[in-house]
Amino acid sequence: MQALEILGNNDTRSGFGAGLLEAGKQNSQVVALCADLTGSLKMDAFKKEFPERFFQMGIAEANMIGAAAGLATAGKIPFTGTFANFSTGRVYDQIRQSIAYSGKNVKICASHAGVTLGEDGATHQILEDLGMMKMLPHMVVINPCDYNQTKAATIAIAKYEGPCYLRFGRPKVPIFTAPDQVFEIGKAVTIYEGTDVSIFCTGHLVWKSVQAAQALAERGISAEVINIHTIKPLDEKAVLDSVRKTRCVVTAEEHMYNGGLGDSICQLLARNFPLPVEMVGVNDSFGESGTPDELMAKYKLDTVDVIAAVEKVISRK
Amino acid sequence: MPNTLELQQIASQVRRDIVRMVHAVQSGHPGGSLGCADYLTALYFQLMDHNPANFTQEAKNEDVFILSNGHISPVFYSVLARSGYFPVSELATFRKINTRLQGHPTTHDGLPGVRIASGSLGQGLSVGVGVALAKKLDKDDHIVYVNMGDGELQEGQNWEAIMYAGSHGLNNIIASVDYNKQQIDGSVLEIMGFHELRNKFEAFNWLVLEMNGNDMQDILDTNAKAKTMRNQNKPIVILMNTEMGAGVDFMMGSHEWHGIAPNDQQLAAALAQLPETQGDY
Repeated sequence: MQALEILGNNDTRSGFGAGLLEAGKQNSQVVALCADLTGSLKMDAFKKEFPERFFQMGIAEANMIGAAAGLATAGKIPFTGTFANFSTGRVYDQIRQSIAYSGKNVKICASHAGVTLGEDGATHQILEDLGMMKMLPHMVVINPCDYNQTKAATIAIAKYEGPCYLRFGRPKVPIFTAPDQVFEIGKAVTIYEGTDVSIFCTGHLVWKSVQAAQALAERGISAEVINIHTIKPLDEKAVLDSVRKTRCVVTAEEHMYNGGLGDSICQLLARNFPLPVEMVGVNDSFGESGTPDELMAKYKLDTVDVIAAVEKVISRK
Repeated sequence: MPNTLELQQIASQVRRDIVRMVHAVQSGHPGGSLGCADYLTALYFQLMDHNPANFTQEAKNEDVFILSNGHISPVFYSVLARSGYFPVSELATFRKINTRLQGHPTTHDGLPGVRIASGSLGQGLSVGVGVALAKKLDKDDHIVYVNMGDGELQEGQNWEAIMYAGSHGLNNIIASVDYNKQQIDGSVLEIMGFHELRNKFEAFNWLVLEMNGNDMQDILDTNAKAKTMRNQNKPIVILMNTEMGAGVDFMMGSHEWHGIAPNDQQLAAALAQLPETQGDY
């Protein structure tokens, strides 16, 4: 098994900022709205380049979501930016009625998702957002894994017509996907092919899963690692093709079991091809203050947890 | 362009549509619909620059109307149909299975004239803010009209939108508050009253006008005045004093007809007060 080349270290939110600037250059209809977190969301470059197309909405997220729906009605392609918690739970009904049900071409862009938000604690760490967003009919839900993929995903959703939820994070993490990648919404990316277990992972857990697969290879376990950057629509064919070969599954995500990637995979398998599944995720718990690394360890979202899940699921085959 | 008398006649037909639609399915919201019948008639038949025959979501170079208090869908559907957005006969499908005329308005089923779903209250003014920002970006000087209920102003999102529009001087918004002072559970004042609504909007940097929303001439005069005030670079709100149930004597004067349907005898009594001027659907 080949180690992946680490191209650098950066936060996925910076990938969003770079992608937003590029999307803005590609299409003059792209506009951006932010609820008083421009620096945190890395939207400064867009704001500087396109000041007339940037709207500072203040600490008023419900109005921001509604205004984005209005801008989309008039033909703009609005990107809203705030923390994942304030992008979803705080404004669920606004998204539901004014964006999803109304079919508006709004891109809800959500930073600081999960426990890796860190020291601010559970009031700001949302672990339920993927579930809330994927339950909305026709909402596209994307959770890319590194800087390059987040940038590519941002550019891709600008070209897609319809509501999207784009989730990314705060901490600097390894960059290991290609800088010039074309992001295909709904198309899973196989990182390692393997025969003993399928690891379906998303967001920050993709790198953890890559590291786990490398450690498992040294023990003679062949893990297939598939990056499910698009939670919805789920690449069902990629999942089913993989599990027909490996016959057991680990899912890994920085999210609650309920509503997350693991939940989607289990539904798919239960209906089509029931198999043993182990889930790496958070089980019905809020987060807390701490460093991102400490929290990933405490909430069992680390490389060792993926390895343990693989060993357990293989024993259940 | 219809004159004041002709607008009053159209409004009478709109009121017939409202009570007949609600009666036919024994559900819906006649009270607020009747109260807003005059204003929406004035908007769609005279005040707005719009293009019913060639509806687009984007509404480039057109005025836009956003109905925030979506439960008064009967009056909205009636003026849309009567002004040419879709066949008047379709009013007979209101709230029935497979209809485009859902209980609350939606874009979901492609009904021409509707640009946003509403029903869950408090969201329309924010949408209007977004349309207004887009029109400014596009150098399109047309107006965004947003109608809200007075009880609806209890939703906090409205005040976010009011603060934003006032702070940014969105002079292409003319909002209206259906100030009938009633809501489902009783009078607005008893439930969570504003006391003085004018001062609240003015404190948020809005220009405030008042009119009798059931007096067609006052509606036309007030809106003409509103347009002349746009050069003050502030959003404008019209506090529209209306009577819930206006036009049907036994539905007026209380909140009781907010959300109930007339029976056969009540329908007949209502229609007897409302001349058929454009032909029933």
